[in-house]
Amino acid sequence: MAVQALDAARLPVDWAKLVQKLALATALFVVAYGVVPAYASGYLVEAILLPFLALSLAAVGLNLLTGYCGQLSLGSSAFMAVGAFGAYNFNLRVEGLPLAVTMILAGISAAGFGVVFGLPSLRLRGFYLAVSTLAAQFFVQWALTKFGWFSNDNPSGVISAPHLAVAGLSLDSATGRYLLSVTTVMVLTALVWRLVNSATGRNFIAVRDNETAARVIGVPVLRTKLLAFAISSFIIGIAGVLWAFTYLRTVEPAGFNLDRSFQILFIIIIGGLASIRGAFWVRRSSLSSRSFCPGSAHSCSAACSIRAFST
Amino acid sequence: MSYYDFLFVIEVLVGGLLSGVMYSLVAIGFVLIYKTSGVLNFAQGSMVLFAALTFVSLVERGIPFALSLLITFAVMVALGFTIERTVLRPLVNRSPMTLFMATLGLSYIIEGAAQLIWGTQVHGLDLGIDDTPFEVGGILISSFDLLAAAIAAAMVAGLSAFFYWTRIGLAFRAVADDQFAALAVGLRLPRIWGTVWTAAGFVALVAGLLWGARLGVRFSLSLIVLKALPVLVLGGFDSILGAIVGGLIIGASEKLAEVYLGPFVGGGIEGWFAYALALVVLLVRPSGLFGQKTVERV
Amino acid sequence: MIGASLGAAAYERASEISAILAVANPVGDRRLARLSSRPDVVLALSGIGISFGGVKALSDVDLEVEVGEIRAVIGPNGAGKSSLINIISGLYHADRGRIAIGGQSFSRVPASRLARLGVARTFQNLALFGGLSVRNNIACGRVHTRRASFVEHIAGLPRARSEDAGIAEKTDQIVAFLHLESVADRLVATLPYGLQKRVELARALVAEPKLLLLDEPMAGMTATEKAEMAGFVRAARDRHGVTIILIEHDIGVVMGLSDRVAVLDYGRKIADGTPAEVRADPAVIRAYIGTAEGENGEDI
Repeated sequence: MAVQALDAARLPVDWAKLVQKLALATALFVVAYGVVPAYASGYLVEAILLPFLALSLAAVGLNLLTGYCGQLSLGSSAFMAVGAFGAYNFNLRVEGLPLAVTMILAGISAAGFGVVFGLPSLRLRGFYLAVSTLAAQFFVQWALTKFGWFSNDNPSGVISAPHLAVAGLSLDSATGRYLLSVTTVMVLTALVWRLVNSATGRNFIAVRDNETAARVIGVPVLRTKLLAFAISSFIIGIAGVLWAFTYLRTVEPAGFNLDRSFQILFIIIIGGLASIRGAFWVRRSSLSSRSFCPGSAHSCSAACSIRAFST
Repeated sequence: MSYYDFLFVIEVLVGGLLSGVMYSLVAIGFVLIYKTSGVLNFAQGSMVLFAALTFVSLVERGIPFALSLLITFAVMVALGFTIERTVLRPLVNRSPMTLFMATLGLSYIIEGAAQLIWGTQVHGLDLGIDDTPFEVGGILISSFDLLAAAIAAAMVAGLSAFFYWTRIGLAFRAVADDQFAALAVGLRLPRIWGTVWTAAGFVALVAGLLWGARLGVRFSLSLIVLKALPVLVLGGFDSILGAIVGGLIIGASEKLAEVYLGPFVGGGIEGWFAYALALVVLLVRPSGLFGQKTVERV
Repeated sequence: MIGASLGAAAYERASEISAILAVANPVGDRRLARLSSRPDVVLALSGIGISFGGVKALSDVDLEVEVGEIRAVIGPNGAGKSSLINIISGLYHADRGRIAIGGQSFSRVPASRLARLGVARTFQNLALFGGLSVRNNIACGRVHTRRASFVEHIAGLPRARSEDAGIAEKTDQIVAFLHLESVADRLVATLPYGLQKRVELARALVAEPKLLLLDEPMAGMTATEKAEMAGFVRAARDRHGVTIILIEHDIGVVMGLSDRVAVLDYGRKIADGTPAEVRADPAVIRAYIGTAEGENGEDI
């Protein structure tokens, strides 16, 4: 991972930059909560913005693990699946659970899975670890299909999004789902931003750049790796909830397959490892380029990823 | 356990070992490239698909079997060579993870290209091998599997001979041992990498024909890469012997697990069982059974 | 997820405890016990031996390092100098012998607890965090003093903030001490080699160690840079009172800088004493001059 975490190494306070940032943040808010809900067409929201937001969030989560902490994971969509099916079951089985709590519990379930499948990282490195994360991918998909309980005994393992509401306000409309999605993504991204610029984020980078040196100076390497797996899976799990509840509304385990994991991986490669903004830029550009690619969108982003390396 | 139960176990075991050989066949392609350039070539699966698809499409267009084989071989050599030149050489000295992700992208491109050139329909592939099972001491053995195993064995023997008794083979082993030292004594790394990619193209061709004949030539063929990965992890990425032994272990235990463990958990465990098994082995030996232990130099 | 990180903490703890329990092993020799109870001995090695694949890298090495001294370890290539430092810092585990650090005795030093034992080190080949700025690299050197969890950091709670402030202050002091102000906010990977070496020294010093291990801190430097680095090493000892073990190839630098010099040859200690004594020692002369016929003659 030769890519440097420029974001994590910024200068101390610089007023001109701060003002610029504030202006940017204000513009972002105006667009996200004013312009888009008022003017965006249903198609734009349903077919482009909702998947864009969910996958961007997943990419932010994976980037934390792979870009910042240096642990390559090929099983991200499994954690999306855990999040989605977790939220479905919490909602189904606990009467009157608020949506926010449901989502957090789903994220925690995904984090739990992440820690379990992150345990090999304490002993394995590089490709051996990457391949072992595939175990998560296949196991989760199998378990969700095999055990009917997870999908409330739906014969084909399909789950449908419940009625979405926050404080009695229905969010089932396209705009409502968009608002839920954009708020979740903004809050979590802001938290991740704070995390990677904190001492914990620097521990991630230390473990990535030189594990031996990190251990010797007292970075708790094992704990740091597991924490990266946990937080990353938490975010990816919530991205899964958004994918299932706000975008697709009806999902089956097979929707969280290996291709989806690779898609998320491509997003972070093209966007630049260890760059949070990258996750969003790429998702947007690959959506717009999809219409020009007759074949699969994958070949297209794959081509981009190779180009990104060569430059 | 009665005599017949015992025979059944043996039959499952033999069947598993033989299908394990098929896994090894794909895994060897990975090992060749990994040993010399440290790249885990995820595109090996799509190369297998590309080979099978090219061959079957040529045969369907009425080109004779032998000529089709020759043409496909030439195409695979060209493909391997081109990949080495256009994708990997510009990325030389990048981290192994970067190279891996490049090959991951490459696998989608090769699949896309195959789709564009040959279309998406499923082809049957008949190599003219008779697939009636025959009986040895009360055990049924698939003659196709047996022949596949024989071909795989012949290929491994051929590759070993190539790498042990030819000059370029010696160079290959030198590079695998220590890239910098090899460079220092004047071995031309690019030429060796070119050769290795060519060899990997050849292995992909053999694997493509055998797997294609067994499953039909379809796009899911590239997914056999997912069968080869646990084999690699189990045996160690840099050991041909590991790829063979790993394939045998995974093939056999997968079949046994399917028969004896599957019913308890509702079946369908072949998707992840190999990974779980490989993981257990890795926790004891983090570089696989035959993989080179990396000594940490501080 | 908190449970899991607790689990990992427990695992680390357990390995530490087992490392300490190994101390209770009655095999531990009396001499080591006597030495390690002496307050003026920071580090005591006794009977250290290690082999790699049948090759003995070190055999039966004893070493006592007293508070406040600069102790050099020299020897021809392959004499086992780096192995010795790696054993002291817990990256290698000795096959035989014991190590006492500040009164605690180990057969295997727990590397993850090294910083808390008051030991810091630099590496022969640079081991910086390329993706962090110089300041953040140095700040990482005090990571062992941190207690605040990631939640406190995200939320910006008082403990996290006071930790950050305290560490930033220490970092600034070291940055000033080693004259790194002009590059403090640059990515460390963009600095020239000599400066990177200095950042590594800064990262070790900011931990305020009792014992500092320097593995070839001047390798590959120009004469001016070497002199500058030697000045920093001496100043670190004089101002901060840190005890230093120094591995160095440039014998001229070593003789001028160190209080005592231990000489290793083929994994054995062949001499130990003041620079003047060592320079006159026939065994040392043999080791250096004797092997110099056609070999990489190192100037003595």
